[in-house]
Amino acid sequence: MAVVEYQSPTSVEEAISFLTSSPHAAKVLAGGTDLIIQSKGKYDEPLTVVDIKGIASMVDAELTDDGLKLGPAMSCARLTARDDIKAVYPGLVEAAYLIGSTQVQGRASVGGNLCNSSPAGDTGPALIANRAICVIQGPNGTREVPVEEFTTGVGQNVLEKGDILVQLKFPRPAARTSDAYLRFIPRTEMDIAVAGAGVSITLDGDGTCTDARVGIGAVAPTALLVDAAAQALIGTKLDDAALAAAAQAATDASSPITDRRGTIEYRRHVVGVLVKRAALIAAERAKGA
Amino acid sequence: MKTHVTTTINGEEVEFLCEPHETLLDALRNHVGLTGTKEGCGSGDCGACSVTVDGELVCSCLVLAPEAEGKSIGTIEGIADHDKLHVIQEKFLEHAALQCGICTPGLIVSTKALLEENPNPTEEEARYYLAGNLCRCTGYDKIIRAVLDAAETMKGAA
Ligand code: FES
Ligand code: FES
Repeated sequence: MAVVEYQSPTSVEEAISFLTSSPHAAKVLAGGTDLIIQSKGKYDEPLTVVDIKGIASMVDAELTDDGLKLGPAMSCARLTARDDIKAVYPGLVEAAYLIGSTQVQGRASVGGNLCNSSPAGDTGPALIANRAICVIQGPNGTREVPVEEFTTGVGQNVLEKGDILVQLKFPRPAARTSDAYLRFIPRTEMDIAVAGAGVSITLDGDGTCTDARVGIGAVAPTALLVDAAAQALIGTKLDDAALAAAAQAATDASSPITDRRGTIEYRRHVVGVLVKRAALIAAERAKGA
Repeated sequence: MKTHVTTTINGEEVEFLCEPHETLLDALRNHVGLTGTKEGCGSGDCGACSVTVDGELVCSCLVLAPEAEGKSIGTIEGIADHDKLHVIQEKFLEHAALQCGICTPGLIVSTKALLEENPNPTEEEARYYLAGNLCRCTGYDKIIRAVLDAAETMKGAA
């Protein structure tokens, strides 16, 4: 792909019409941290890029009593600077903070990370834990897809020609609910997840878990919602047996590959450990939420 | 087809023509004549090409040149005040925080962004913030000493 045309529309409708009317391949440009690299070096196919960052709703975030409406192209740097959002969805902000270097965070976005649909994307598990809904607008109107159904395979998702992810919607968490995201990498910074886990926990007044959501990443072709892990936690005080059962459920749900970052056995084990630890952090946070 | 771009670089309005596939890094070096910004990897991994776009620290190799339209860009050439070096630049010299110098413009631009955001970073915070700026010569220790000393000095001056 070689970029032969750059468009910077100011409305979603205009962006959709650029995407559908281009005589050759056309792609949405958000932060470009994946797309610009993919388009370098291979000069076979012409590409039109449609930069959506000139559309205000794509790069803004609105936090209300009903929840969060996140512009999918808002940079991770701007998202992680939002203390109000961090207070309500700390795990989501943690995931955004783990994407690449400071410079990459200046461009990369949660929506871009999701639409790139890498199995190791850091935002997937955190979006799942927070019950995110993807609002998609295209030539045939608008539809909503739960985030756990958005990615369909490695590098693949439900977006069709002319479709744009225009918003990520999050319900406001119930009282005494919080979340956490953890990933394991072999270094301390700037690497691709070997495994990741996002967990949201709701506690009642005496510390019993009344609701939970568990998302795991980098251990299957897509990030996964693991309902069995959540069920293992609900109704317990997150004692060792409950945590061990949730970890086992995550291990059982995973189907990782072996690569130079980790073997199948290792990833299956580590994802369980991360679920356990993320659940404990989320629970600690939920006490104050 | 060439794209015409009007942008602000280090406070001055600049116009250039570019191909749509060119990056901001290409445009700075080849069309605007600002060669202080370096290309290490061209893929967002090394930070040698660090600049600010509307105040946000980014890799200019991961920005398309046409995206600069209407934006305000900050590069290494805008750090010194004419002949007077910025404290960060002086501290890099004083601590010998460079050898070949390829990483240095990016590190200085990034350090300035760091200290604007967090004037009083711990060593750990500085190391994390600058983790995207790779240096293959110095071993980082002198760089971090220079950054922390610059922070100290700038606090004293403020
Ligand atoms: S040249 Fe841009 S990050 Fe290396
Ligand atoms: S001084 Fe040579 S790369 Fe840093």
